[in-house]
Parts: sequence; structure tokens; C-alpha cells
Amino acid sequence: MDYTIRIGGQAGQGLQTIGAVLAKLFARSGFHVFTHQDYMSRIRGGHNYYQVRFADRPVSSSRRMLDILVALDKTTVSEHRDELAPGGMVVYDSETIKQQYEGEAFLDVPSRKIAMDAAGNRLMENTVAVGAVLGMLGMELESLEALLTETFARKGREIVDQNIAAARAGAAFARENCGQCDFTVPSADAGSPKRMLLDGTNAVGLGALMSGCRFYSAYPMTPSTGVFNFMAAQSKKHSIVVEQAEDEIAAINMAIGASYAGVRSMTGTAGGGFALMVEGLSLAGMTETPVVIYIGQRPAPATGFPTRTEQGDLLFVLNAAHGEFPRVIMAPGSPEQAFYLTGKAFDLAEKYQIPAFVISDQYLADTEWTLDGLDPSGIPYQDYRLRAADLDKLDEYHRHAFTETGVSPLAEPGASRHLVVTDSDEHDEDGHIVEDAETRRRMVDKRMLRKLPLIREEISSPLLYGDPEPELVICGWGSNYGVMKEAVDTLADNRSVAMLHFSEIWPFPGTSKFDYLKVLGGAGKTVCVENNATAQFARLMRMETGFQFSDHVNKFDGRPFLLDELLEQVDSLGDK
Amino acid sequence: MPELEDFRGQNPAWCPGCGNLQILRVFKLAMVDLGIEPHELTIVSGIGQSGKFPHYTRCNTFNGLHGRTLPVAQAIRLANHDLRVLAVAGDGDCYGEGGNHFLAAMRRNVNVKIFVHDNQVYGLTKGQASPTTAEGMVTGTQPFGVITEPMNPVALAVAMDCSLVARGYSGNQDELRELMKTVLEHKGFALLDIFQPCVIYNKINTFKWYKEHCYPVGPEHDPTDREAAFRLALQSGEHIPTGVIYRNSRPVFEELLPVTANREPLVRQPFSQEELAGELERFY
Repeated sequence: MDYTIRIGGQAGQGLQTIGAVLAKLFARSGFHVFTHQDYMSRIRGGHNYYQVRFADRPVSSSRRMLDILVALDKTTVSEHRDELAPGGMVVYDSETIKQQYEGEAFLDVPSRKIAMDAAGNRLMENTVAVGAVLGMLGMELESLEALLTETFARKGREIVDQNIAAARAGAAFARENCGQCDFTVPSADAGSPKRMLLDGTNAVGLGALMSGCRFYSAYPMTPSTGVFNFMAAQSKKHSIVVEQAEDEIAAINMAIGASYAGVRSMTGTAGGGFALMVEGLSLAGMTETPVVIYIGQRPAPATGFPTRTEQGDLLFVLNAAHGEFPRVIMAPGSPEQAFYLTGKAFDLAEKYQIPAFVISDQYLADTEWTLDGLDPSGIPYQDYRLRAADLDKLDEYHRHAFTETGVSPLAEPGASRHLVVTDSDEHDEDGHIVEDAETRRRMVDKRMLRKLPLIREEISSPLLYGDPEPELVICGWGSNYGVMKEAVDTLADNRSVAMLHFSEIWPFPGTSKFDYLKVLGGAGKTVCVENNATAQFARLMRMETGFQFSDHVNKFDGRPFLLDELLEQVDSLGDK
Repeated sequence: MPELEDFRGQNPAWCPGCGNLQILRVFKLAMVDLGIEPHELTIVSGIGQSGKFPHYTRCNTFNGLHGRTLPVAQAIRLANHDLRVLAVAGDGDCYGEGGNHFLAAMRRNVNVKIFVHDNQVYGLTKGQASPTTAEGMVTGTQPFGVITEPMNPVALAVAMDCSLVARGYSGNQDELRELMKTVLEHKGFALLDIFQPCVIYNKINTFKWYKEHCYPVGPEHDPTDREAAFRLALQSGEHIPTGVIYRNSRPVFEELLPVTANREPLVRQPFSQEELAGELERFY
């Protein structure tokens, strides 16, 4: 069983609510769920959709063909009717969208009328639609009723009852009127594990929370704003200062200031906002101030496609800022990786006193996956700073002291009589301005050359999934993890194939722990899959290792790879 | 109690006769007067001649980027509201490159102070016009003379309802010493714009010029009267008032923000991963 439901309509019609309820319901019913969203840069109107795939085995990508299309407007029908799978159904309300469609594939559910008749409240039409979908699928309503009760409890019993009545009526209508519906959904297995349903945005937020982030300053910019919202919602309960800065320049300087004062801090933005932060990034490098920077990529240059997806900023993030200093770049491929790698970014940022990036994109930010759970203790937490008790024991303190590892003691200012001095100018061990050549040489050696090999050691190898000695390697980074993994699952039936996925990108992983170059070198065909036009990761691979991929699949229309599409692209390479 | 010697820093690299030297001297006197120990103060400075200020005394120091003193300073205070935080910037730094941050800081009213060393010229980059340079002044990059109207930071700050607005002059050291103390003790965001001559690049606003143009506001001025303060602030020609121009008692940001109000500073908040594990529940 593997069904895909797409809910399409205008912004403001409630399609997100329908999608989110269905996704959570399927997850609670013991299925594996994968969702993705496609929306325009507007608050009302336009054409958006929310796609929910659920199956009885793990899924990690979206399919092209639709089993059920919930059309909240005419555009949804005209745009997507050709994508119906055999046996697929369009469910709509002819009264609402002022159009009647003929044919086996159309089920006209008078949602608004049913909402009025059954619940006495026209606003329940979307709940009728959810009920209708479950009716079409032949699913029981118990889980939905529990979910509706939970969701609307704070609005009172009446609203809960209206929702339940609406859902029941919608389901009953679909069961009676959809004789042609031929979906088979196994009933929930009581013994199936409880699964989480989590998107990339909340995963990054949870990772920051579990890492002890105490300060988040940002300027709103899609698709990074979700993390900003998450932190703001947590701020009072968990004592996190979350401040909307006047611009991204202030945002990163604030994060750096808070970190200097002794708390873990973070900022977040998209590529355009990061362009403004670049000067501050260099400041973090020079003053050796830990900071975590979340980048939600979207298509650019300039304003680009504000609400869509691209992996176009990898080399920008890697090369941004004047001067030479170490940095870490994490590029999670799933919400689970986003949680743990955000934690790792915080740990490495503070351990080595460097900026650390978590780079995501609109696709990963908005994509929900089911997962078995997350373990907060899987996030390393150690306070590397010198606090009052440590400082009182010291006879002297030098913020930028030369050490074997290049890592100097990081003290909390004001916690003792020792002064904490740092400077964006080149400085001596005490943090004061200098201009002499020897101190400069030793500081660069300390800041950059001594730390870099140690940081590189911390970086995990890329993940090889599939045949350990593959003939075909599908390689990529970041958010393409899920679709590449499923492509390998599909192709593995009749090919020797593996995925090589990089989620920890900088410092570029060495080969001592796992010689991935040997795997690549042994393969007949190596394909690098990226959501950009210029194969940025492939260029980085060549620069760092000399390895050149035999083939590339690049997509840069602002949309993520669908599984079927990636399979076709990989197949077509075989014909060359 | 601290003594002057406790504030001895590096030897200043400023030019002989620079107004900055007077500001530095007065600052140390004010610190001793207030009994503030070096480790009890954190100075955030920018870039320009004023940016070197904290290196020439002793204090916790974050010498950051040009124009960016205030975001750093406010965040330090929000992370630890037990710290005294002072930003030190120049006229180009605070009013030019950092103009947006200056506006936002006045609105937020985090309890940090800023000294703006206002010599009405760019000293570090060798004599270009700053936002407060007089019209008509000829420089290497304004060969036809400045034709942009100078900014009036004091009037701007009063208009923005900045919690405390003061102006001093480095040559009037007794007044400046009292102003620094008033500013450092004020609860709320406070601007102290300090006129200082640049003996190398500003041939208009010299010691003599400031002496002839600046006059201390008398006791008859009520700095809590915003309209009177604004009238005073608009005087920028022949007679320029020095002293506390305006003050209010707006509540400070950190006492309005529930995360910091009546709580231990962030920097001392306990952290436990186990206690946070419950946050995962709503995703099931």
C-alpha cells in the first residue's frame, strides 16, 4: 500500500489544515508518512498544494502520480487532473468551486451543505473533506475523532462536536457515493510503534533547544522564518531571548554579542539575508566567537523564488566572508539528521570557537517525515566556557592565549576580575590591537591552521546506502537524501546501486575513516544529483579530492525532485 | 575602590592634541568617581579612531565592526543584565554606517549607553566628510565642499524619545565628567554625543570654534520637558547647547521582556536536556 493525496487550492482556503490533519492521522494510524508543500509568495489566493504520501513501509520522497486529489478550487483540477494514477479520484464540492465534472474519477462531495446539515456550521467544510477522504479510503474514524478532540479542545466542546459530526457525515457520504473507489488501507496495527511526524523546520528548532540555545536573533525571511517562530514560541518557557533585529547585519552581530557574553546563540536567514550577514561572519571568525547560523536556501539570485526550493548557496556559504578562518557546514538530509546535526553544530561551534552552519532549503524545511523518535541525549552537550568558579582559580587569563590546539580559554565577561578582551583587528593573546608580523603569523596559525585538522577529525563520513560495491553510485548532499534513498531502493531490484550522501560537508570529509573515493572509483557510473544549475557539490568534490563524477542530474526550476522524475533521469543517463 | 591606575591601558596611538585624549582622561575620572571596577564594565567599540578607546583603558572589551557596536552591546546586556554595557563609537560609525542600529536601539531601550566621539570628520580614513560634517567643508572626497545637510543627532534622539540625550564637549572636562556619570548611571538607552576636535583633518571645528559655539544649558532647562528639549536640540548654528538635553523614564526592554524580567540573567540559567525531552511529545 502506497497512496498519495494532494490537497490543492488557494492560500487561505485551509488546505494546510486538511493536509496536516491527514498527515498526523496517518502517522498515528501506524503508517509511514512523507509530505511536501508547494506554495506561492502570497497570503491569499493563487495556487498552492500540500501533498501527503502514506505507506506501510518507510517512504522518504514524493511521487508524481496522485491517488486522491482534493480540489478546493477549479485551478487544482485543471492543473493536476492529468497526474491522477489509475483508479485515482478527484474529490471536490461543485457548489463551492462552481463547476461540475463528469466521469468516473470525480466525486462531488457537497462539503459546505453537509457541514451545515450535520454540524450547523459552514466552517466545518474542510473537516467534511477530511472525513470524505477517510471514507473513500475505507478507514475507520476513531483516530480522526481523537485527533479532532485534541486539536479543538481549547475551543470548547461545541466546536469539537461539530468537527466530529462533520467528519462522520463526510465519511458516510463518501462511502455511499463512491462505489468506484477502490482503495485498500489495512487497519491500524495496534502493536505498531508510535511515530513522530516532524518537518525540517521544527527539527532544527528542537535541535537548537536541546543544545542549550539561549539567544536567537533574526530578520524574517522565507524559508528560515519557521525556526524563528519555533524559538519565539519556546522563549518564555525555556528562557531564550528571541529578538527580531532591524536587519540581518544586526541579527548576526547580536548573536555574536550574546555569545561573547556567555550564552549559546543562533541566527537564521535565507541566502539574501546571509549576504548581509557576511561581514559579521568574518567578525565571528576573527574574534573566535561561537555562533550557529541556519540557512534556509531558496532559489536566487536576488529575491528569486521566495517560497520555493534550491541548493544554490553551498559554495556561497562555504566561501563567504573576507579572510581565512575555519567554519563548519552541516547539510542535513532529513528532519532526523536536522535535529542531531543542529546539535553537532552547536557543539563544534563552542568547542572550537567558530561559526557553524546548518544549511537546509524550503523543501526540507517544510517536508514532514515519520520517524521512530528522537533522543535528546544523542545531542552532545558540554559547557566549554570558563565560568566564575573556573576563573577564580586562575592567576591570569588571556582570551586569545596560544595553545597546542589553537583553542584558547573562552571566559564569561564579568564573572571574575579577569578581563575578557577581543578585537576585530588583529590582536595579541590579551585581545588588544597589534600590528607586528610575528603576532599576526602566530594568530593565523592558532585560529586557522591548528584548529582545522582537529575540526576535520570531528566530521563524519558520507553515508553509503545500498550495494557496498556498486556499479552505479547516486551521490548528493542535503535535502536530496530521501529521494535518492528511495531511488536506490527502487533500482536495487535489478541493478548494483548505492547512494553516497554527504550531510557533513565542511571541513570536507577525509577518507581515512571510510574511503568513499574507492567506492566511487570502482563504480562504472557516478551521478551527482543536485537542486542547482552548476553542480556546486560536484565542483567542491573535484576541488577537494580530484574526483570527477561521470554524470550529473541538476534541477533548478524551484521544485524538489519527485521520485519518479529522478528515476527517469537516472534511467535516461543509461541510454547515453 | 578603583583608582585611576587601575584604568591604565595601552599607550594611545592617537595624534598629540586629539580630543579623544581628553575624553579618555575624563572617562577614567568618572569611573573612579562612580567606583566602577574595570571588570564590572564591558565596552563595545567600533572602527574609527574612537574604536581604539577600550584598548587604552582596562575593561571587558568587544572591539567589533564599523557601525555595529549597538547590536553587539544590546545583546551582551540581554544575555547578562547584571553587566554594565557601554558602546563607544564615532560619528561615522554610529550615525553613518550604523544609522539603522542607532534608530532601533533608541526604540528598544535596552539599558546600554553610547558615547559618540563626534569630531565631525572621518579621522581614521584621513579626512572625509562624516554625517555631522559642516556644509561647505572641502575634503579629498568632497572636492566641491559638503553639500549634504549635516545630521543633528541630538534632535534625532529627542524625536525618537531616546531615554536620555546629552551632549558634551571634550574641552569642557568638568561638565563632561558629570555628563558621563549621569549617562552611566541612567536606567535606559542613553546617548552622549561628545564634540571633540580633530586637530589634523577638521580645520573648521577647532578647539577655538567649540569654545565659541558651545554653551552649557542652565538649571532653568527641564530635560523632562520634551518640547523644550526639542527646541534646544534644534540649536545647531551659532549657539550649541551642552548638557542633559532630554530624559524620560521609559521602562527598559529587559524589564518588559518576560524572558529577562525578574529572572536570573540568561547566562546563569540552568540547562537540562532531560527537562526539555517533553517538547518532543507534541510531534507524536
